[in-house]
Amino acid sequence: MSFDAALPVIFMALMGLSMLIYVISDGYDLGVGLLMHRATPEEKDVLIASIGPFWDANETWLVLGVGILLVAFPKAHGLVLTQLYLPVTLMLIGLILRGVAFDFRVKAKSDAKPMWDRLFFAGSMIASLSQGWMLGRYISGFGDGGWNYPVFAAAIALALPAAYALLGAAWLIMKTEGALQEKAVHWARLAWAPVVVGMLLISLATPWISETVRERWFTLPAVIALMVIPVTTAIALVVTRVVLDKAIVRGALCWLPFVLLVAVFCLGFVGLAYSIYPYVVIDRLTIWQAASSPAALKVILVGVCISVPAIAAYTVFSYRVFWGKATELRYG
Amino acid sequence: MDALLLARAQFAANITFHILFPTITIALGWLLMFMRWRWLRTQDGAWLAAYRFWTKVFALSFALGVVSGITMSFQFGTNWPGFMEKAGNIAGPLLGYEVLTAFFLEAGFLGIMLFGHGRVSERVHLMATFFVAFGTTVSAFWILVLNSWMQTPAGHEIVDGVFHVKDWGEVLLNPSFPYRFAHMLLASALTCAFLLAGLSAWQLLRGKAERSAPKVLRVGLTVAAVLIPVQIFVGDLHGLNTLEHQPQKIAAMEGVWNTEKGAPLLLFAWPDGEARKNRFEVAIPKMASFILTHDVDGEIKGLNEFPDAHPPVAPVFWAFRVMVGMGMLMLAVSWVGWFLGRRAGWRPERLPPTLLWVLAGMSFSGWVATVAGWYVTEIGRQPYIVYGLLRTADVAATTVPSPMIALSFALYLTLYIALIFAYVTVLKYMAEKPEDVLQPNAVEAAQAHAAGVLAGEERA
Repeated sequence: MSFDAALPVIFMALMGLSMLIYVISDGYDLGVGLLMHRATPEEKDVLIASIGPFWDANETWLVLGVGILLVAFPKAHGLVLTQLYLPVTLMLIGLILRGVAFDFRVKAKSDAKPMWDRLFFAGSMIASLSQGWMLGRYISGFGDGGWNYPVFAAAIALALPAAYALLGAAWLIMKTEGALQEKAVHWARLAWAPVVVGMLLISLATPWISETVRERWFTLPAVIALMVIPVTTAIALVVTRVVLDKAIVRGALCWLPFVLLVAVFCLGFVGLAYSIYPYVVIDRLTIWQAASSPAALKVILVGVCISVPAIAAYTVFSYRVFWGKATELRYG
Repeated sequence: MDALLLARAQFAANITFHILFPTITIALGWLLMFMRWRWLRTQDGAWLAAYRFWTKVFALSFALGVVSGITMSFQFGTNWPGFMEKAGNIAGPLLGYEVLTAFFLEAGFLGIMLFGHGRVSERVHLMATFFVAFGTTVSAFWILVLNSWMQTPAGHEIVDGVFHVKDWGEVLLNPSFPYRFAHMLLASALTCAFLLAGLSAWQLLRGKAERSAPKVLRVGLTVAAVLIPVQIFVGDLHGLNTLEHQPQKIAAMEGVWNTEKGAPLLLFAWPDGEARKNRFEVAIPKMASFILTHDVDGEIKGLNEFPDAHPPVAPVFWAFRVMVGMGMLMLAVSWVGWFLGRRAGWRPERLPPTLLWVLAGMSFSGWVATVAGWYVTEIGRQPYIVYGLLRTADVAATTVPSPMIALSFALYLTLYIALIFAYVTVLKYMAEKPEDVLQPNAVEAAQAHAAGVLAGEERA
């Protein structure tokens, strides 16, 4: 493969990576938003404090992912976003609501605070549901004409918020202590079963909804090698459930459920990538058909090579500054 | 309404809402650095109080800017899919660099800037503030490069209807970029200056923040008084540049239908697009030619020279008058205000209440001027999306049905109006809270305590 032909692959990988980082990082803060209504007013402040320094940068990964889709695969960007017009609009409204509610709740009059908290929850929910719906539509290659397509998308729309809530609960187990941490363990237990059922159903339904995916997965000998993905995922999920019942998850191993779930998200991503590559829109548009000119891609690649390591460095720095249990946030 | 008009209205609503907040944060980042630096230099708690209060304003404005910015990154694709397909080789890298070099820089350091004080050293914190301010400015740089390129395209070639870059240097430094970039940065500084002065005046009227508000009021008025003449000068240069590259925009701004030598400056008129003439003209003879060509008998091309290729006249004509009118008002208020403030020795009890009321009333005057200015330049570019080369109608989304665009337009518009209302209400509420005066005293007490402890340790 020549370098010019490899460029779209590099950008597809970058876009996938941005989306994965987005789903994990905004996933935990959306998840925390989904748990808001279960917390007392004092606990709500801790919930917010645990994600306060990060949510902004987390959402930037979405902009980068969509940005790469826009600049590297303009044809796909037009196709995907016009297909997903309404859910994209709803997701954006959800993200706007939660982003502003986050800031308004501490600055507005105290009697308006419950309203902003409710909007924070509502925004998180709208954004998660729409993202799930979009993922479902995307996996099916925007198939239409059958009852199975909307049902499939709706199932993912419900499963994704559950997965975010589980991830958010795991984040809180890591970032909080005492009674709130106890509650977070309880929330994680509640969310675990729907997530497992959802993942199981979706794994079974995806080959059924798309012939391309079916052929990819269920041919010998590939199927044996590929079994690593679902088996590892299953082990990670089971271990998560087991540690949630142990006392040590409240102490030294408080980070374990979060790390395991991040692994589950990564494995799901690898499975999805394997199902779709080399398409950018399954069965419709390959990455080479959709890509911008190699000249434009090279110009962006130079920027990527310089700035992505820098972004990684200061993101790590920021997480280190706010390492450990969440404490009250004060402007200063 | 047809899909094109709806798509344009929806995009205009988003971009109008979005620009309000970067206009504040671009300059406020640097002004926050100034306040922080003053606090470190003088150890005067008033500067820390000012910094804390304005950091909250910054955080709120930044959040609104981020969420509306995310919306825009999607709308390039949902509303103008053809634009990226045709001009993606130029617009793509510019937008890509904006996200990579600016958006991440701001978002990455914002957490440390807002909440990191005490967790990192003063130096690292000041650096985080610097990176956030620098990031907002770099962001403006890339966006204005792209916008200017769409106004005065250069450095490209068109192969089979698709734009390809020939020379990045020419794309970056396209003819209108230096003027537009300077004009926007100054607009941000002025918007911010009037917001500083206005909110501080309101605090003084309400008897709040008596230590920090006079200092901030002085900063705001000084910045405004110094920069408005500069802005008028830059605006004039920008106008000459537009006359050279986009004569029909100037013709629409001045309401000139037929090519004229010694064109009059219209103070008031009702441009009638149907009849292709102005009604109710109030004019200063030869003044437009003098301002635009610096020659009383200079020629200004009329709109009729550009059949089917000039913008709608009335919105451009009116938006231009709103911008200039607001600019003149800001000039008068900032100069009179500065001299009155100086005469009063910047002591709050001696500042005339009328001045404070006027300043408070003009807190958001920068928004009006900035948005009006953007309307002049963007509506003035129509019917093209890339001036002279690509028409807006040819790149609009054709696959999205209009009811869907109408629905999303209504949703966005409702949300934006509610959020602007909430933003202004919360700023007012924050300004009236006494908290920010008490906090620095607490900090000073804590420092005294810390110093005492240290001294105690030394003794022991």
